Amino acid sequence: MNSGWVVTVSVMYLGLLFGIAYWAERSHRTRRWVSNPWVYSLSLGVYCSAWAYYGSVGRAFTNGVEFLSTYLGPTLTAPLWWIILRKIIRICKVQRIATLSDFVASRYGKSANLGALVAFFCLIGIVPYISLQLKAISTSFAVLAELPRTEELTSDLTLYLAIGLGIFVMLFGTRKIEATEQHEGMVTAIAAESLVKMVAFLFVGIYVTFGVFNGFGDIFTQASHKPALRKLFTIDPNGGYGTWFWHILLSTLNILLLPRQFQVSVVENTDERHLNRAIWTFPLYMMVINLFVLPIAFGGALLFQNQTVNADNYVLAIPLYFDKEWLALITYLGGFSAATGMVIVETIALSTMLSNSVLMPYVLTQPTLRRKIGPNLGRFLIGARRISILLLLVAAYLYYSKLAGRYPLVSIGQVSFTAVAQLAPAVLGGIFWKQGNRYGATVGLILGFSVWFYTLVIPMLAEAGFFPLSLNTVGPWGLELLKPSALFGLEGFDRISHALFWSLSINVLSYVLLSIRLPQTSMEHNQAILFVDIFKYSEVIESSTIWRGTAYIPDLQSLLSQFFGKERTTQLLERFANENEINLNWQRASPQLVNYAENLLAGVIGSASARLMVASVTLEEKISVDEVVEILKESQELILTNRQLRQHQAELERATTQLRQANEQMIRTDRLKDDFLTTVTHELRTPITSIKALSEILQDNPELDMEQRDQFLSTIIRESDRLTRLISQVLDLEKYESGKHFLRTESVQLTEVIREAVESVHQLALEKDVHLDVSLTEPLPPLQADRDKLMQVLINLLSNAIKYTERGKGLIQVLLRRSGDQYVLTVADNGPGIASDYQQLIFDKFYQAENQTIRKPKGSGLGLAITKKIIELHHGSISVESQPGSGARFTVQIPLLKEVRAEH
Amino acid sequence: MNADLRRDELTLSGMMKILIVDDEPGIVMSLEFLMKKEGYQVYIARDGAEALDIIHQEQPQLVLLDIMMPSVDGYEVCRQVKGSDLLRQTKIVFLSAKSKESDIEKGLSYGADLYLTKPFSTRNLMAKVQELTA
Repeated sequence: MNSGWVVTVSVMYLGLLFGIAYWAERSHRTRRWVSNPWVYSLSLGVYCSAWAYYGSVGRAFTNGVEFLSTYLGPTLTAPLWWIILRKIIRICKVQRIATLSDFVASRYGKSANLGALVAFFCLIGIVPYISLQLKAISTSFAVLAELPRTEELTSDLTLYLAIGLGIFVMLFGTRKIEATEQHEGMVTAIAAESLVKMVAFLFVGIYVTFGVFNGFGDIFTQASHKPALRKLFTIDPNGGYGTWFWHILLSTLNILLLPRQFQVSVVENTDERHLNRAIWTFPLYMMVINLFVLPIAFGGALLFQNQTVNADNYVLAIPLYFDKEWLALITYLGGFSAATGMVIVETIALSTMLSNSVLMPYVLTQPTLRRKIGPNLGRFLIGARRISILLLLVAAYLYYSKLAGRYPLVSIGQVSFTAVAQLAPAVLGGIFWKQGNRYGATVGLILGFSVWFYTLVIPMLAEAGFFPLSLNTVGPWGLELLKPSALFGLEGFDRISHALFWSLSINVLSYVLLSIRLPQTSMEHNQAILFVDIFKYSEVIESSTIWRGTAYIPDLQSLLSQFFGKERTTQLLERFANENEINLNWQRASPQLVNYAENLLAGVIGSASARLMVASVTLEEKISVDEVVEILKESQELILTNRQLRQHQAELERATTQLRQANEQMIRTDRLKDDFLTTVTHELRTPITSIKALSEILQDNPELDMEQRDQFLSTIIRESDRLTRLISQVLDLEKYESGKHFLRTESVQLTEVIREAVESVHQLALEKDVHLDVSLTEPLPPLQADRDKLMQVLINLLSNAIKYTERGKGLIQVLLRRSGDQYVLTVADNGPGIASDYQQLIFDKFYQAENQTIRKPKGSGLGLAITKKIIELHHGSISVESQPGSGARFTVQIPLLKEVRAEH
Repeated sequence: MNADLRRDELTLSGMMKILIVDDEPGIVMSLEFLMKKEGYQVYIARDGAEALDIIHQEQPQLVLLDIMMPSVDGYEVCRQVKGSDLLRQTKIVFLSAKSKESDIEKGLSYGADLYLTKPFSTRNLMAKVQELTA
């Protein structure tokens, strides 16, 4: 294929990547879309680099199913992420940690030296790994463009590519100064790359399996006829299982500790719950992408039996062999995406490590240098990160052009893996074991790393001609025991297992022994507790960190504004001050404020550098370990007390509310009582007035004629009756309300009661010429009720109806029916009706008081209140519907009692 | 001179007019008897609206006014009468069961000439009415 065409496609692909990242970064609406569990899970796929893409086939070709160990580790241990990874994520969010080196430094007392050490080791371990990706791209390019291997062109192209990726990382990886901030654009691009490489690999896999051969069965049958291939199906029983164990352990640790994995799974995590999705989708992703590794390896082996084709290149070579150039191009793009994804994320992670754990602590401890940089440390920091990115890529390029050409893909990858595994004791021990200390971590790391260097790197350098080869075959100075590939006479392992065994064993041993033997500093102890018990402290981390000394707010302010700028600093401080009720006008800063400032800085320059910076502007007092324990205990108690206090407060508030409600109720009752008294008094005064006036007239006018005298006397009697009735009503109501009134129940035929009631108002109706229309459905079951009270209710309703209808035009309808378990009685009139405002009020005994001067035409105002009480005593209800101008309809519902219903 | 003339005119036209405003038949009955016995011409209204109609039509010299009534209440009637240039001369006597200090003050603040609480003494009432119409 024309190499110019391949270059064009590669550039276009990179352009697309820029586009995706730019789009994700810019669009606010998609940001929500970007931080979702699918994007998160896919971005973890950065684990499958070019090594996986090309190298797995090569590894399957030489070692068979063993290549799977790289994926089995993460798959088998994915459920544990919920315990380990979630804890790491929580710690990093709370402590604002953005890199592995800072994680280790922070855990072991914010030690700048330890952070620098980790960063340095990561650099040594990972740069070759990055160059491996560059190598994969240039090799695949050469294969696709069918160039001779030594071509200068590919070397130059690789350099340009490295620069292109550097620009991408600088654009999308250093936009924000806070290293702990998420890079939405970068993550989205990486997730897209994960999809691209998976789809591309599936394409070529399906083509080889079903296009070139006739399915899986065909390939495996053909392969099993070749003795050289048959042994690849099984695990070598001689030490093979041991190898599996160490390789699985290696991948298990690397999925957590690779800087790029730490970047995507921890730093870029926006929600701990996204882990739930990743725990099953990520293993699934790895399964799918590895589905066709063996078929391609066997297919390639069968196709190229007598030719010298590197198995690493089978994915490209097979389509090309059959002249499927478009497929080869897709495959190339898949590999390209695997490589670029890895380079991008790894470079971001490592550059942050370099700037925060190596450069910043160095700058901060060099006063002359510090002065030269001036007040704008923020700009300096971003510049430093950008230069780190370029330096990293240049280093990777140099490594590639000078060294990497001599090794297959897998070997460099595994060497890097083994280096990264050295972080395991310090990191994992650090989050589960409080006693783990700085000496243990430092010495363990140095020794583990030295062993790694000795057992893996030295032999490679010897093979490359930097040392005499005899070093590998007979050991240094002829000492067999020190032979790098069989240290202390240990044989039977492959090179990686051997190196991992020794380095990790010595590392763990040093870590544990020194941690037990030597004491922690107070800062270390504090951090150890906060890391191990993170779920206990994460809510109140600011008040849990130990600090004692003298600090001034303006100092902290100027410190922060060096990175955040004046405006943002003021904003951040004011927010904190508001939340914690701190007055910023005080000169002295409280320990919480100092911790907050340090935490903010840690997000930008790492915890160790932040510690150094804060220490430079404050006067700190030493705190002993015992005090730390004491203070932490206190803060724990404080949390508890606070919680109790909040509880008490809530209870108090509840009680206050209840009290207020009770009080309001009392006032209301009081007012109602007052109103009631006024009403009753008023109602009593009216008949008394008539009685008194008429009596006085009778006394003063003995000459009155009989007729008039008689009229006056009967009015006096009527008004006296009214008075009596009123008094008994008041007493009745009082009895009902105080619950002293009991019903005298008996079996009552409601229809009979209604007839009797109609009978007794008959005279009244006749006087007013009102038509009474009574309609009773018969027969109805008897009701268990107080007959006299029901009669009272009926007479009240009927006489009210009569009272309010117009003389001569009145029409009253009485209707009784049964509806389910209820008697329903309606009394409807065609009087003036009741305004909707009053429809509830009329059942209230204080009706008249609510209308101080506008008075209900007639009646005591107590009748309906009593009626309502009686009905309620029968477990029934009364309501009214009315349209002013077209009458009122009162509806009474009384439930049939169970025993009565049973009789029927 | 003017007052005498007016009195003469009234006597000439027959009798002095008095309006009773109340919705209680027993009370109306007693007041009607008392006023008629004194020789007044008596008008009766059952609520405020009716009272205002009669006042405008007949321009009685004195109104015996209840407060608690349907529709327009006694305060409103008093306010309208005393607020009108034409009717201001009309004497107003409140007769109400509302007996609180505040009620009485309110009634007088509307310009009423007298406030009597129910139950009232007929003898006292008659003395006051004669006083007011003299």
